Amino acid sequence: MSAVLGRRVGLTGNDAVALAWRQIDPDVVAAYPITPSTQIVERFSQYVADGEVQTQFLAVESEHSAISACVGASAAGARVMTATSSQGLALMHEILYVASGLRLPIIMVVGNRALSSPINIHGDHSDTMGSRDAGWIQLYCRDVQDAYDRTILAVRIAERARLPVMVCLDGFTLTHSLEPIEAYPDEEVQEFVGEGPADGYALLGGGEPISVGPLALPDSYMEFRRALAAAMERAREVIAVETEAFNTRFGRALPAFVEKFEMDDAEEAFLLMGSYADMVRDAVARWRRARRVGMVRLVTFRPFPAEEVARALGRIRHVHVLERADTLSTLGGPLGIEIRAALYDRVVRPAVTDVVFGLGGRELTDGEIDGLLRAPGAGDRLRYLGVRQEGGCR
Amino acid sequence: MSLNLRDLSQRSQGLAPGHRACAGCGFPTLIRMLLATSARPLVVVNATGCLEVVSTIYPYSAWPVPWMHNAFENAAATASGVQAAAVALQRRGRLDRLPKVVAIGGDGGTYDIGLQSLSGALERGTDFLYVCYNNEGYMNTGIQRSSATPQGARTTTTPVGARQLGKPQPRKDMTEIVAAHGAPYVAQASISHWGDLGKKLQKALATAGPTFLNVLTPCQPGWDYPPEQLVQIAKMAVETRYWPLYEVDRGVWRITYIPRERTPLKAFLEMQGRFRHLLDDEKVLAELQSWVDAHWERLEARARA
Ligand SMILES: Cc1ncc(C[n+]2csc(CCOP(=O)(O)OP(=O)(O)O)c2C)c(N)n1
Repeated sequence: MSAVLGRRVGLTGNDAVALAWRQIDPDVVAAYPITPSTQIVERFSQYVADGEVQTQFLAVESEHSAISACVGASAAGARVMTATSSQGLALMHEILYVASGLRLPIIMVVGNRALSSPINIHGDHSDTMGSRDAGWIQLYCRDVQDAYDRTILAVRIAERARLPVMVCLDGFTLTHSLEPIEAYPDEEVQEFVGEGPADGYALLGGGEPISVGPLALPDSYMEFRRALAAAMERAREVIAVETEAFNTRFGRALPAFVEKFEMDDAEEAFLLMGSYADMVRDAVARWRRARRVGMVRLVTFRPFPAEEVARALGRIRHVHVLERADTLSTLGGPLGIEIRAALYDRVVRPAVTDVVFGLGGRELTDGEIDGLLRAPGAGDRLRYLGVRQEGGCR
Repeated sequence: MSLNLRDLSQRSQGLAPGHRACAGCGFPTLIRMLLATSARPLVVVNATGCLEVVSTIYPYSAWPVPWMHNAFENAAATASGVQAAAVALQRRGRLDRLPKVVAIGGDGGTYDIGLQSLSGALERGTDFLYVCYNNEGYMNTGIQRSSATPQGARTTTTPVGARQLGKPQPRKDMTEIVAAHGAPYVAQASISHWGDLGKKLQKALATAGPTFLNVLTPCQPGWDYPPEQLVQIAKMAVETRYWPLYEVDRGVWRITYIPRERTPLKAFLEMQGRFRHLLDDEKVLAELQSWVDAHWERLEARARA
């Protein structure tokens, strides 16, 4: 693999992540397989078997143990990675809070997938949206290059923000499709990520022994949680700075928080996260002759870039939030709810229609996007796109 | 290293005074013994439970060694991570000396909710010692039954009533379950027999790969006995053969202490409140006694084989 680096190679999202892991050469990887992220760990274990990395690889007995081992290893001072999806992420849920509460810079790549029941292996954002309040930074990728880039970038963000990071790839759409990407030479990746987490996590630090994860009673618990919230606030700056450093180092133009397309004079817009950006972008390009339509892609969902979102949507009359999850609260999807929250204090606010689409891997069609523009439904708070049978299966 | 009580007391940095365990609690003795017997630096990973709660109320800690708590059911998996990190960091020249990782959990965190995590770590061959401090119940949450709770014991989820006399099922045999994983050193011990416990700790700590110690540590509020009788009650568990002391050293079973006399189980039961409702019931007593006898015989057979 190393022979082809430094130029374009065809890789699936999962292979690209595994390649990034190989180049980063983390101290510990602990993981448990689940579709559609399985190949990340399969490929990586081949790198381990071939002696291409120094990593201690733990093939554990469950996702709960995978994230638990990551917490142990990270607290001990190691650079640590894992990957999962869907039910696996749900099984980790309890420990996600421990990881962020202990301020451990664990990197987790999530191949986004729907949650049971009914069981479904295909892509949507229900899994990571279920973790949105767990204190992890969440980055959503648009294509395979983005997945490769952000896996590398996430290391510096996590270690400098002292928070765990999820790098989210749409299941199958990104995890399994083959795309040409530009891979960087090993040494350049190594140089960018540096030696490993700085001191300060080190259970094994060698100085005075420390106790990690004690009981905190009401006299101190709230201070810890407030400090965690402050860390998330500071992470905004870290994400901005590190994305800039990444772009400079590798000659890219990754947006840190939002990516805008045709937004300068737009009056209506789509807002979304993930891999459908290209398709929506094409639709925007098609419709540009007739309508002033634009698109905003959210990259960072945690910390939530409220300021950037509000600025991007400043002069818009109507925004269609396209999202692949629901809260089942009757208020719509998580993204729509947060977009509304981010806009509430603005004097001028666009109408927001929350459009839930693509659950369980249901394809979004060009026709459906066109349909939204033909019948925008500015009075609609919530629409479910592409449902064949309202009230259908029971 | 010899095991001399005076030496041990000199050498031990021990658990700092000021931990908040109840008077008459069993596990402080175990922890002091653990800290005193180790030749290598230790890192302790503690499951949620009484031990964690009484020893590390922020901003205080009673631990003289690096210590961490993750959650209830994952001490063994967390220990796997710590151990892997130590190896990785040493290989990269960022850690001088490889510590021994010790995971500690109560019987709830070991027999029940943490069984999967422990089984996984045993199967992977993680180089660590797992110590179960066994007080035969979920004591931290107010004395509920665990699968280590003996048959007949009263707990807050196996109360005594018209249709049920305490816990209906006999306890799970966790030591045998671990032995069945093929771990190189597995043993059962009691805080009452400190020499035996100390030797087992030394052996377990010196053995590479996964090792396991199941240590009986009575719980004063859970078992309901006068605090000063902690050691006697643990001793009676051993004397009545209710809690046999044995080891499985690389597959070889050996009973490490054989009581001289056959003391009836009742002598152990009547020292505590949790069995009070059974003491007049000859039928139940006979049933429990035959369970103990059968277990002892099976153990003897294994030790002879
Ligand atoms: C997932 C989860 N379920 C339940 C609890 C509540 N809980 C905390 S400690 C405990 C019992 C611990 O029992 P054991 O492991 O025997 O230790 P002991 O309390 O006897 O020290 C329980 C049920 C928890 N912390 N986490």
